[in-house]
Amino acid sequence: MLGFILRRAAITLPTFLALMFITFMLIRLVPGDPIEVRRGERGISPERLEMLRHEMGLDQPVWRQFLDYVWNILHGDFGTSIISHEKVVTEFLTLFPATIELSLAAMLLAVVLGIPAGVIAAVRRGTPYDQALMGAALTGYSMPIFWWGLLLIMFFSGYLGWTPVSGRIDLIKYYFEPVTGFMLIDSLLSDQEGAFLDALRHLILPAIVLGTIPLAVIARMTRSSMLEVLEEDYVRTARAKGLSPFRVIGIHALRNALIPVVTTIGLQITTLMAGAVLTETIFSWPGVGNWLIESISRRDYPALQGGILLISGIVIFLNLLIDMLYSIINPRIRHAR
Amino acid sequence: MPADVALSPPRQAQPGPLLEFWRSFRENRGAVIGLVIVIVICLVALFAPLLAPHSPIEQFRGFAKLPPAWVEGGDPRFLLGTDPLGRDMLSRILYGARISLFIGLSVMVVSAVVGVALGLAAAAFGGIVDVVILRIMDLIVAIPSLVLAILIIAVIGPNLTNTIVAVTIVYLPRYVRLIRASALSELSRDYVTAARVAGVGKLRLMLATVLPNCLAPLIVQAALGVSDAILEAAGLGFLGLGAQPPTPEWGAMLADSREFILAAPWIVTFPGLAILITVVSINLFGDGLRDALDPRLKRS
Repeated sequence: MLGFILRRAAITLPTFLALMFITFMLIRLVPGDPIEVRRGERGISPERLEMLRHEMGLDQPVWRQFLDYVWNILHGDFGTSIISHEKVVTEFLTLFPATIELSLAAMLLAVVLGIPAGVIAAVRRGTPYDQALMGAALTGYSMPIFWWGLLLIMFFSGYLGWTPVSGRIDLIKYYFEPVTGFMLIDSLLSDQEGAFLDALRHLILPAIVLGTIPLAVIARMTRSSMLEVLEEDYVRTARAKGLSPFRVIGIHALRNALIPVVTTIGLQITTLMAGAVLTETIFSWPGVGNWLIESISRRDYPALQGGILLISGIVIFLNLLIDMLYSIINPRIRHAR
Repeated sequence: MPADVALSPPRQAQPGPLLEFWRSFRENRGAVIGLVIVIVICLVALFAPLLAPHSPIEQFRGFAKLPPAWVEGGDPRFLLGTDPLGRDMLSRILYGARISLFIGLSVMVVSAVVGVALGLAAAAFGGIVDVVILRIMDLIVAIPSLVLAILIIAVIGPNLTNTIVAVTIVYLPRYVRLIRASALSELSRDYVTAARVAGVGKLRLMLATVLPNCLAPLIVQAALGVSDAILEAAGLGFLGLGAQPPTPEWGAMLADSREFILAAPWIVTFPGLAILITVVSINLFGDGLRDALDPRLKRS
C-alpha cells in the first residue's frame, strides 16, 4: 500500500518540475522588455536597469535563474504582482475560497441531479423519459457555458429579476470580515439578517452554469453503468427474492453502478477549474479564474505565472489524492499497476 | 475442386465494410439527424458568400441594434437584426460557420496526425521514448484545458491561427494515448508477429500493419474532437483571447454582448445558438459513429 502511494507520488514529481519549467519560460517568452514585463515600469534609466537586472538575477545564467525560481517556489514565494504589488500567493489565497465554494456548489448540483437522472433513464430505458433525459444530457454536454450563463442572466436576472447579476453578496447591504472565505458560512456567522439568503441567491446561477457539463457527464455515465449492472445475476437474484423494485435498484444495483461514476466525478476536477475561468468571468465572481483573465488583460505576467503554477499544482495534487483514495476503496486498482 | 464450388450455397452479396457501417449507423435516428445537420452546416460554411445577404463586416449607419425582422421595429433586410455596430447578424453567423468549422477541422487534422505519429512512436520504440512522450502528455492533461490554452495564448498572442495551435496542444494527449494503447494491444497479436517474421520493416509495420487496425477508435475520437475544439475555441474567443474583431467568430461575437443582454437579447441569443446546434449535431453524429464502428464502446 505504502509502496503504491510512494510510487504514484514519485511519478508526479517530473510533472511538477516540468510545470515549473513551463511557467518559468512563460515570462521569458512573452513579447516585450523583460524588466518592463516583470516590473511594470517604463522608461527606466540605464543605471536603474542595471540595478534591477542584478536585483532580479537576470545577469545570472539561465540555469541559475531557474534554480533560484524553483528555490523560491519551494519557499512559498510565487512572485509579486506588478499591479497590486502584493505577493501572488496572498492574492491567490484570498480569492481561492470563492472558487472552491463555487466548484463545490456546482459539483453538489451535478451529483444530486445527475445520478437520479441517470438511474431513471436506465430503468426506463427506451421510453420517452430516457430519450428526454439523454437528449438533455447531450445538450448539456455540448453547451457553450459562457452563453448558457448569459441566457440565464437574461432570463432570471433581467426578465424575472429573481437573482443578482454578479458578485458573491450585496456589498452595499451586508458587510462582514471573511472568516472562512466561504460566503455561505461567513454570512451565517455574521448574524446579519438576510445575508445568507443573499449569498445563496448570488451563488445559484454560477453554480448551475459551472455544474451543467459535469451534470450531463455524470448522468450519461450513471445510465450506462446502471444498464450494465441491471443485467447482472445478483440483480436478478434480488428481484427473484421478491425485494421491492426500489430496494433492488437503489441498493443492489446502484451501489455497484456507482464505482465508475465516482471515478468520473473525480475526473471532473480539471473540467471544473477550466469552467471556473469562464463562469467567473461572466458573473464577475471574485475567484481565481476571473483574476487570471484580469491578469492577462492587465499584462500582469508575474501574477499570471504564479496563478497558473498554483492552479495546475493544486489540480495535480488533487488528482494524486483521488488516485490514492481509489486505491484504498478499490484494491484492484492497486494491484493492476 | 469444381464439385465443391457447385455445392457451396449461392454466394450472398457480401456487404462491403462501408455499406455494413452505413446499415448499422442509420439505425440510430439521432446520429442520422446529427449527420444531416452537420452536412447543412458544412454547406452553409462553403456557400456563405452566396447565402449571406450582406458582408459580415459592413457597418450600416443608422441601423445599429435592430431587432430581428419578425419583431416590431425589425427590418426585413436584416432577418436576425443587427449588432451594436450595425452589422447584419445573419451574415455574421453564416460566415461564422466557416471560422468555427475551419478551427474544428484544423485542430482535428493536426492533432490526429501528430497524435498518430507520437502514439505510434511511443508504442514502437518503448523505453525512454515512450516515457518522455507519456510524461509530456501527463503534463498537458494536468493543466486545466482552458488555463493551458490561456498560457499558450499569453506567449504567442491572440489570433485565429494561435487559437488553433493552442487548442491542438490541449487536445493532443487524447490522440497520443488512444493510438499508443491500441497500437500496443495490436503489437502483441499474431498477425503482427507474422509480419515481423516475414521481415517487414519497423516503419512499414507500424503504418501499414498496425495503424489500420487502430483506425476505428481514432475516427470516433476525431469526430468528437471537432466539437470539443469548436467549444474550446469559442470559449477563448469569448474571453477575447481567440479570433480578433472584426472576425465574425461566434464566441467573439458574444464577448462584447454582455452589456446588451437586456436591451438587445438577440445579439446574445443567436451566436450561442449557432455554437450549440453545431456542437450538438457533431456529438450526435460522433456518438452514432462510435456505436457503429466500435461495438465495444457501445453505450447501449
